[in-house]
Amino acid sequence: MSRVATPLRPVADDEYAERHVYEPHRVGIPPLPKYMRELWKRREFAVELSRTTLRAQHYKSALGQLWLVVNPLMLALVYFVLVSILRGGTRGPVYFAHLLAGLFAFHLFSQSVNQGAKSVVKGGKLILNTAFPRTLLPISSVMTAFMRFLPTMAVYAVVHAAAGLPVGPHLLWAIPILVLLVIFALGVATFVSAAQVYFRDISSFLPYVMRIWLYASPILYYVEEVPDRYKPLIYANPLTPLLGSWSDVLILARAPQPALLLAAAAWAFGALIVGMLFFISREREFAVRL
Amino acid sequence: MLSVPAAAVRPERADDDFAIRVDALSLVYRTALESRPTLRSSIRRFGRRERTVREIHALDDVSFSVAHGKVLGVVGANGAGKSTLMRTVAGILPPTAGRVEVHGRVSTLLALGVGFNRELTGRQNVVLGGLAAGLSREQLRAKYEAIVAFAELGEFMDMPMRTYSSGMYGRLAFSVAVNMDPNILLIDEALSVGDARFRKKSFRKMRQLCRQAKTIVLVSHSMASIRTLCDEAIWMHEGKLRMSGDPDAVIAAYTDFLEVDEDDPETEDDV
Repeated sequence: MSRVATPLRPVADDEYAERHVYEPHRVGIPPLPKYMRELWKRREFAVELSRTTLRAQHYKSALGQLWLVVNPLMLALVYFVLVSILRGGTRGPVYFAHLLAGLFAFHLFSQSVNQGAKSVVKGGKLILNTAFPRTLLPISSVMTAFMRFLPTMAVYAVVHAAAGLPVGPHLLWAIPILVLLVIFALGVATFVSAAQVYFRDISSFLPYVMRIWLYASPILYYVEEVPDRYKPLIYANPLTPLLGSWSDVLILARAPQPALLLAAAAWAFGALIVGMLFFISREREFAVRL
Repeated sequence: MLSVPAAAVRPERADDDFAIRVDALSLVYRTALESRPTLRSSIRRFGRRERTVREIHALDDVSFSVAHGKVLGVVGANGAGKSTLMRTVAGILPPTAGRVEVHGRVSTLLALGVGFNRELTGRQNVVLGGLAAGLSREQLRAKYEAIVAFAELGEFMDMPMRTYSSGMYGRLAFSVAVNMDPNILLIDEALSVGDARFRKKSFRKMRQLCRQAKTIVLVSHSMASIRTLCDEAIWMHEGKLRMSGDPDAVIAAYTDFLEVDEDDPETEDDV
């Protein structure tokens, strides 16, 4: 018995519309234009997954979705008290605004990476049963983190106004900085989520890495305050140009330094390219590894 | 046995009649020795120069094709590579060697548990699964009612799936797979979900899909299902394609083989 060569009926055109070829490419990267097309086609999935995750979080607690605002506010209070004690209470409302802005932005980054790291392993069942571009999972985590970040900006706006900080068109600089931060977070999140498949302890390490990263970033202090001998260290931190510019714009009310912005962009796109390529080159193996 | 079509020749339009073509497909699992790999254990193994992975040849040089509108039955003992074959055709597992070409939208109902998240409601799972499979929101909206009606879950659709009984779980999975309006349907040992009434209903639905000239690949241990539903059958044995052809002939050879080699010759004939 061999293949049936003639169809029993005329074949409708739409049956040719979808044509999938699966060939081995264990090492290396599948054809990227096709991959990106598939990714774009399923963007709604990432949106829906992120929406579902948001709805599920805090669903059972009394304050519910209010936690999205309460959480970072409490965090900011904790650090404000800590730094006030360490500094003998010499810090005013402008510093508080700086702290808040930095913490909220950092929270966006750390949430993206922490949740992104777990996204692939958590999406295991779906990965075992459906073929789709797996990068949608960390992308969705970053979306979730961003949705959680938005209400914290409302809190910041109140503090910004209360601290008497200037409002003007210079604040528009915050948008490209935020975009770069999200791109950087996405790059790190995709990298870590793929690595997590191979080394499951990464998600246990991450909270500590994030804590150190927080202290090594200009959030609890201004970049200018860093002692000279630590300057190289602080400038080696990819978040320094991002959060430094962020604070420049929001607090000091000045346009970000072009060099810093350029460095931030380089880090962001570098991380995105490395993270995505690593993820995409590995993702076909996930179904076997989970 | 089927001959291997020349892999080097790109299929011409005239040769596009098939829905699924599998060319010299091999798949080697490189399973980690531990289920939860950790950095520590891999460093330790590296120190001892131990192999991290073990290789399992799940599929070995398998070739066949399925024409549009045909129903192919797959039989074989446990561990013969049937489920691996299905997941490779679905594009979930990458082939180690060879080539799989699929023409049409594929819907799957696979053995290893459907991609449902038990914490989410039935509705959320249907929407997420459909979007992941590449449907648009409009397409999903149109299908959603049909899915719920067929699964007969009603109010349960808005409850977390951990509250479902296994029968309800299976019913929803089957309903999603058959109502996604696929050109190609891959079903792996999933025709026996729910109570007797639902089984009858799912069997009727299968026959209807066969009549609608959907291409179907059906893995089943039920020889009766294979015999009644399929136009052709293949028999997988230890990762190799042992026989292919008329379902009656393949079933005869397969049951013969089982009677010779295994203690229990009975084949479960549930639908």
